[in-house]
Amino acid sequence: MSVSAKSTVIGQDAIIEKGWLKTHQWLLLRRVSQLSILGLFLLGPLASIWWIKGNLSASLLFGTIPMADPFLLLQTFFSGHQPDLTAILGALIIFTFYFLVGGRVFCSWVCPVNIVTDSAGWLRRRLGLRKSTQLARSLRYWILAMCFITPLFTGYVVWELINPVSMLHRGLIFGMGMGWSLIIAIFLFDLFISRRGWCGHVCPMGAFYSLVGKYSPLKVSASDRSKCNDCMDCYAVCPEPQVIRPALKGEASGVGPVIIASDCTNCGRCIDICAKDVFHYSSRFANKAEK
Amino acid sequence: MANKKANSKQQPVSRRQFLTDSGHAACSVGLLGLGLGMYGEQSKTHAALALRPPGALIEDDFLGACVRCGLCVEDCPYDTLKLARLFEPVTTGTPYFDARKVPCEMCDDIPCVKACPTGALDPKLTNIDDAKMGVAVLIDRETCLNIQGLRCDVCYRVCPLIEEAITLNLTQNTRTGVHAIFEPVVHSDICTGCGKCEHACVLEEAAIKVMPRELAKGELGKHYRWGWEEKEKAGRELVPNIIDLPNRMPATEAESLNIAPVGGNK
Ligand code: SF4
Ligand code: SF4
Ligand code: SF4
Ligand code: SF4
Repeated sequence: MSVSAKSTVIGQDAIIEKGWLKTHQWLLLRRVSQLSILGLFLLGPLASIWWIKGNLSASLLFGTIPMADPFLLLQTFFSGHQPDLTAILGALIIFTFYFLVGGRVFCSWVCPVNIVTDSAGWLRRRLGLRKSTQLARSLRYWILAMCFITPLFTGYVVWELINPVSMLHRGLIFGMGMGWSLIIAIFLFDLFISRRGWCGHVCPMGAFYSLVGKYSPLKVSASDRSKCNDCMDCYAVCPEPQVIRPALKGEASGVGPVIIASDCTNCGRCIDICAKDVFHYSSRFANKAEK
Repeated sequence: MANKKANSKQQPVSRRQFLTDSGHAACSVGLLGLGLGMYGEQSKTHAALALRPPGALIEDDFLGACVRCGLCVEDCPYDTLKLARLFEPVTTGTPYFDARKVPCEMCDDIPCVKACPTGALDPKLTNIDDAKMGVAVLIDRETCLNIQGLRCDVCYRVCPLIEEAITLNLTQNTRTGVHAIFEPVVHSDICTGCGKCEHACVLEEAAIKVMPRELAKGELGKHYRWGWEEKEKAGRELVPNIIDLPNRMPATEAESLNIAPVGGNK
């Protein structure tokens, strides 16, 4: 990545302009969201307050509302099992939610692995590690295809054997065991081998939710892109930096300011880090309105 | 502008580059899939002592149906069920129990089955006595106290289906010649595999163990029929006018050799 010479002080401008808190507000909110969702699941086993039972794969809220991961349920479907109505209903609820707010909101606001890979990304910047093995962006979609094809032949949900997302969440509630080894491996992979390697290139769950949010209305927009001073900080902090350019630099070619690419995780880090307040949460229809 | 340059460097990915990249990705993913499939096949042969919750579909179907949510685990009032962790000898994330540690208490309302959202635990199971979690097998006759002629009876007494799933078979103790042996016998058509017997066995290592049904059960050849059952169904001899030769009884044999048969002469 072409990061400007002052890469060691990413966000310095913003902190000077807006203060530390404003430069980290969405980041903090996301951490609060991720941790409190985990906390809710832990309330049961730890404090016997059963507001929510289960884990991210399937759960029951207040003893009535079922939720299920549509990605996983599709895999069980391909393995030849016709899931019960409860699970199907649960998957529809989750699907609808992410369809509306953006599929990869799961990644940035819920997924526990995101904290791990974000930390690896942060440490990588801090240590100034530039070397990175380039993986094809299409890799995760191939893996996604594999997740759906292998059950057809084996009759079981193959990806769940190693899916670190469900393993971490399940492990934190039901006991990790050797599961930690996998999480540490992902951290080291992101830190030393490939920049944003796991979430940006490998994880099929991220790929799936990317597709779920393909047409979601909630988007980040570079609505004040004329104020951009090319500090490049947003590219440095964005987990999917390739999504920014078309929106931020598209004025000349008539491309709207909304970040349309569904790989954008709606994490809001670019909003935080920009000293010029170029980015805002917006809607996909804002592009049309502008024309 | 510096930006412009970076721009032109990034955007036009040549078709060839794109194809090679995708080719690499596709091949590595293919290998990954193969590896995972093999790992999966291996982990399917799970530990002989790991039992599935009541109502679990047969293992092959269960592995495709269960989403590893742990709702069954959390609703089990006796903390019987656990979710398998990575590298444990049960498929990662799936629920199981170890009867020697905590057996299934066979709840009347079967909360674990009710909790399962996917049907991996079959909701058609409404009477817990019909559950088929495994089969108890009296594996070690040499250490079982009852079979050695003592009156332990613990496995028999704790069985929720006492006198149906497990009975005591009375035989003569040939070691002492004067005592009886009350041998615990499990009836696999009724045993639910709850594991209370294994849990209660007083030995250091249980002589009676509950195993998954796939492991413990025999199976008739597909073409096998029990003659007497078929006869009953048909309501008549299956082979009419069969020539009935005289039966040679052991007694006759003994007589011909001129030794006294067991139980004395009639
Ligand atoms: S890409 Fe995968 S691991 Fe990363 S945040 Fe999204 S779901 Fe989680
Ligand atoms: S574009 Fe902004 S909101 Fe989208 S992933 Fe990148 S930093 Fe997050
Ligand atoms: S029947 Fe009761 S004790 Fe047995 S596994 Fe289910 S909930 Fe637990
Ligand atoms: S409740 Fe059903 S789907 Fe969930 S872990 Fe138990 S058996 Fe599997």
